[in-house]
Amino acid sequence: MAKHYGRGIAAVNYPTGMNLGGDPTQALIFCQPTGGFSVKLASTDLGQGLKTVIAQIAAETLGVPFDSVLVDTGDTDSAPHCMGTFASRGTHRVGNAVIMAANEARKALMDVAADEMEAAPEDLVLENGEIYVKGAPERKTNVFNVALAAHFKYGKTISGRGIYMKQKSSVDPETGACDPDSTEAHATTVAEVEVDDETGEVKVLRLSSAYEVGRQINPEMVHGQIVSGAVMGMAHALTETVFPYYPALDHHTHSFGEYIIPTALDIPEIESVVLEYPSSNGPYGVKGVGEMTANSPIPAIVNAIYDAVGVWVTDLPVTPEKVLRALEEKDQ
Amino acid sequence: MESITITFKLNGKTTAVAVEPLTSLRSVLREHLHFHATKAGCGQGGCGSCTVLVNGESVLSCLMLAALADGQEVTTLEGIGTPQHMHPLQAAFFDKFAAQCGYCSPGMIMAAKALLDKNPHPTRAEIAEALAGNLCRCTGYVAILDAIEAVVTQMQEA
Repeated sequence: MAKHYGRGIAAVNYPTGMNLGGDPTQALIFCQPTGGFSVKLASTDLGQGLKTVIAQIAAETLGVPFDSVLVDTGDTDSAPHCMGTFASRGTHRVGNAVIMAANEARKALMDVAADEMEAAPEDLVLENGEIYVKGAPERKTNVFNVALAAHFKYGKTISGRGIYMKQKSSVDPETGACDPDSTEAHATTVAEVEVDDETGEVKVLRLSSAYEVGRQINPEMVHGQIVSGAVMGMAHALTETVFPYYPALDHHTHSFGEYIIPTALDIPEIESVVLEYPSSNGPYGVKGVGEMTANSPIPAIVNAIYDAVGVWVTDLPVTPEKVLRALEEKDQ
Repeated sequence: MESITITFKLNGKTTAVAVEPLTSLRSVLREHLHFHATKAGCGQGGCGSCTVLVNGESVLSCLMLAALADGQEVTTLEGIGTPQHMHPLQAAFFDKFAAQCGYCSPGMIMAAKALLDKNPHPTRAEIAEALAGNLCRCTGYVAILDAIEAVVTQMQEA
């Protein structure tokens, strides 16, 4: 009777976005007379930080400060259509739609600025909300003044429409080939575990991962996804289930109280590195990072359990009962 | 059922409210008094999102009858800071990206405050122990522990 150390590895390719019958998202941007930009989306921020990265992308493309962008999300009645927050597609789809909308709004802004400054639009520079004539920085104005002029003097809107759509891709009946996603992110996780052969309990000691996620718009938020995905993956591997004896319904959960997720006392050591190989079609080279972070830890933990005690438990979650039954079977 | 009147200090201000006897403190805070920082999660004492301080102790307000708060001092997240003047714990949660959806944050911060008020220099293990009754589905806890540790370090340096 002892505790056994084991180490396992697993890798994942994760698709960004889906194919479906076409996978579009729209965005609308408009400028208030105050010079503030409003980005209108039906997409939803679930806490992963979509509103923040979209404000970053809009500010970068428009050429205005981050603080002057308001991202308004979540009302599907009043906002332009989005397929939804799933398939790790949010930053990719919405970001692309917002870049398109922001470019149109920026052009409208610069046309009014050109009239105001009696210069050609292509001779104007817009940086961080300030506008000046190329080579003559003393001839300057700012977005606020231009927005006021557009609204009250010229009667023009400064606004932009954007859409990004992944075209439908049918499956070739001969070969099975299709183009299911927009880009793919990659990850590898090494799990280290300790398995108690008397109780069947598995303790995850450490999860070490490498993630290739394209360009990071917000590295702190990418890190947040990686850490939280590691803990969620560990829980999928070891504890989380609604029907522990499925298809039998015995001992099924009646409430969240019986659905076991980790607490602050259960987290392993987590370390990660991020590699950036920008995608060709993501906004500023983005790939989706959300869901994949909970994927690679699971098979890595299952492999580590095999390394520790020589049993494969592939029916998740790997409960102490399943480990003990597998050990018993192995001994017979 | 005939309602009863309870009087307690809420965030330093004497507050009276008429409620049915079996109403929980959480319902009084959220539904009667509209203090919505305290969250309604599992409703059975399992998730910690309704954590408030009663006389400085960390309490699950979903399990406490409001009548028991009569004459007591209750502190919610609204009582420790504002967006303009954040409590150091709120500022640290902000700086360390310790929230994703944010639903657990008020309970986490109140549980952490109860700990730091009693033990200003806890170890990371002691912090984790104090938060063990507060569930978070989004963050994986690491950023939350980092934020609270940062406040402990600030207090040591101050």
